[in-house]
Amino acid sequence: MKKTTILKTTAAAAVLGLAAGAVSAQEIRFMCYSDGNECEVYEDLLSRFEAENEGVDVVVDVVPYQAILENLPVQLAAGTGPDLAKVTDLGGLNKFYLDLAPYIDTGYWDSSFGGTLDWYRVGDRQGYYGLHTQLTITGPFVNATLFEQAGVDMPGEGATWDDWATASRAVVEATDADFPMAMDRSGHRVAGPAISYGAKYFDAEGNGSFDGFDAFAEAFVGWNEDGTMARDVWASQGGATYADAAQEFINGEVVFYYSGSWQVGRMDEQVGDFFDWQVVGSPCGPAGACSGMPGGAGVVGFEQTEHPEIVAKVIDFLAQEEMYAEAAARTRNLPAHLGVASAGVEFENASPAAQAALNGFAGALPDVSPIAFAYQGYAGNRAMFGITVERLSQAIVGELTVAEAMERAASDLELAMAETK
Amino acid sequence: MLHILTPIMRVIEIPMLALQRMLGINKLAWVFLFPNLLLFGLFAFLPVILNMFYASTGGDNVLLSDRPYVGARNFANLMDCSNFLDPNSCREDKFWRAVWNTCWFVVLQVGVMVGFSLLTAVILNRDIRARGFFRSVFFFPVLLSPVVVALIWKWILQREGVLNAFLDWTGAGGINWLVDAQWAFGWSVFISVWAHMGFYTLILLAGLQAIPRDVYDAAIMDRASPWRTFRRITLPLLSPTMLVVLVLALIKGVQTFDEIYAFTGGGPGTATTFIIQYIYEEGFAGAPRLFGLASAASLLVALVLIVLTLVQLWANRRNVDG
Repeated sequence: MKKTTILKTTAAAAVLGLAAGAVSAQEIRFMCYSDGNECEVYEDLLSRFEAENEGVDVVVDVVPYQAILENLPVQLAAGTGPDLAKVTDLGGLNKFYLDLAPYIDTGYWDSSFGGTLDWYRVGDRQGYYGLHTQLTITGPFVNATLFEQAGVDMPGEGATWDDWATASRAVVEATDADFPMAMDRSGHRVAGPAISYGAKYFDAEGNGSFDGFDAFAEAFVGWNEDGTMARDVWASQGGATYADAAQEFINGEVVFYYSGSWQVGRMDEQVGDFFDWQVVGSPCGPAGACSGMPGGAGVVGFEQTEHPEIVAKVIDFLAQEEMYAEAAARTRNLPAHLGVASAGVEFENASPAAQAALNGFAGALPDVSPIAFAYQGYAGNRAMFGITVERLSQAIVGELTVAEAMERAASDLELAMAETK
Repeated sequence: MLHILTPIMRVIEIPMLALQRMLGINKLAWVFLFPNLLLFGLFAFLPVILNMFYASTGGDNVLLSDRPYVGARNFANLMDCSNFLDPNSCREDKFWRAVWNTCWFVVLQVGVMVGFSLLTAVILNRDIRARGFFRSVFFFPVLLSPVVVALIWKWILQREGVLNAFLDWTGAGGINWLVDAQWAFGWSVFISVWAHMGFYTLILLAGLQAIPRDVYDAAIMDRASPWRTFRRITLPLLSPTMLVVLVLALIKGVQTFDEIYAFTGGGPGTATTFIIQYIYEEGFAGAPRLFGLASAASLLVALVLIVLTLVQLWANRRNVDG
């Protein structure tokens, strides 16, 4: 009898406890993808947030990058999205963003994040939406050992794309390397070089445009035809599928590899002592610019959340200088926080080569063209990236001439803009 | 067993008899069909209807209520061509490239596959050594996941793959198979045949085994040559099965997507982009997501598949009627 009473009391207490827990716990779901260890670091930082805010449970759902690109927009449109997420389509998802302004110190955000806040703003939605956690910039990695073996001098500061093409070809002729140059199959990656060749990316009304892109397209297709560029990267895929040449560079097959700062960790881990590599600034083009393309990822909250105040609090917690600096150091990402950047970041577990490479990329930021900054914040940039890849690839494999590819790119963009109006 | 079932049946019988009295014997069939019809309607018929609505709307919103009605604009965009044989003259050139790629692929893949399946089935129908083993070997690729098939062949055919390593070793020199449009298309056909011919071989083998033995005995008594026996007995008696195989292979050929998408991604350029990949990319992978255009294209494909299915039904009926 006694036993039954104890059991009943325990069960009742458990039920009451659970019910009370269900009432007080506020669960926030954070959809996160990692280029390296980002989600792991956020999970750790957010456990401190949970300790400071009793009753709040931030669940980090780690998903593949493809889920952020393809599933998240559909979930948001259907009203079944997470409370917050790490995204790369910064302006494209603007209509779903939660404006953090009522919950944060906007003065601190303005002085800390400056221009990157604009990347999350579109049209008349000019609030505070995204914490740019991962600033990236495109640029070249160079196999310094191959240059040394070939006895070819590396082009110096202010060198053009043609200078690098000539030097890389000379290195391949003198060594066992397979390809002078390679560039990721991505519309984002070609943007910096294209701007250096005169691409405007915007028309007079500020709408997306491929005006001035043809000079780079001619050069790029030519490099793929004459073997200067590794043709495999762009020609062995269809559609707008992303492909990189990091493995070829790591294998010592490529002399000059145009990618970006997010590859530093991978190079550091996988190249090791195999050869010496370094980061050089983006080459210059005939238009006078020597621009890379900024980018990266940020954490945003969504309007459809049931807990806007907590979502804003979580994001603001990660935006605080101390937290931000720790995250940047542990994830080995360039900081978008101006205070953290000016204080300098001691990246954790980074070799001297990786540290130098990250500093090299950070040093290239002043050379980034204003067009590149505007293009990164343009809501239609994802459509333009895809069109660039598809049509350039068709020109490379000979399905279209460069002129036809540019004509098609313009009409694709027109259709995309008409559909998204 | 019966002693358990009988009381249960008696319990069920009462409401069933009442239902039968109420509806009549003919309408009672609908009661039994209802659960199946409900599932079919929900998961097959409703999506088709929704697809029709999407095809007549524009924009990039997911919810139908947020999408503007555009009438037949999506169909008009797809059909806007000055010369249907030249995709460059079409407004949606990627659609027409995919259409023509699919047509060529279906003609080549179905032709080669049915030919090889027939040859294999005829050989496996003979009294050869280790017949059971060979039957399993030919069927094995059918059991593999399309992505596994694609990855296996990608490892073999990529620039530094197994085949090029072998060619380098023989001194012949490697070829960049997946960067050349013709080679990539040719290998796509080959891989598709390799992956699916086991299934069709099995059907044809069943067809061959259904041919009465005494017809062949009569041919032997008439001293008919093996080739004449094949042409005058095997082929005519196998033709109903062949027709079914042909139509099934055609339908599957038009639907080709997963293994070729994982194998070449549709490249180089658009050389191996087929119609289902076009629909997927326009509707789901690209930006903006053109659900309307993708739905319109999928309805056009559905139309082709309906025609092919009707041919199959007709072939089946002819087969049954003898």
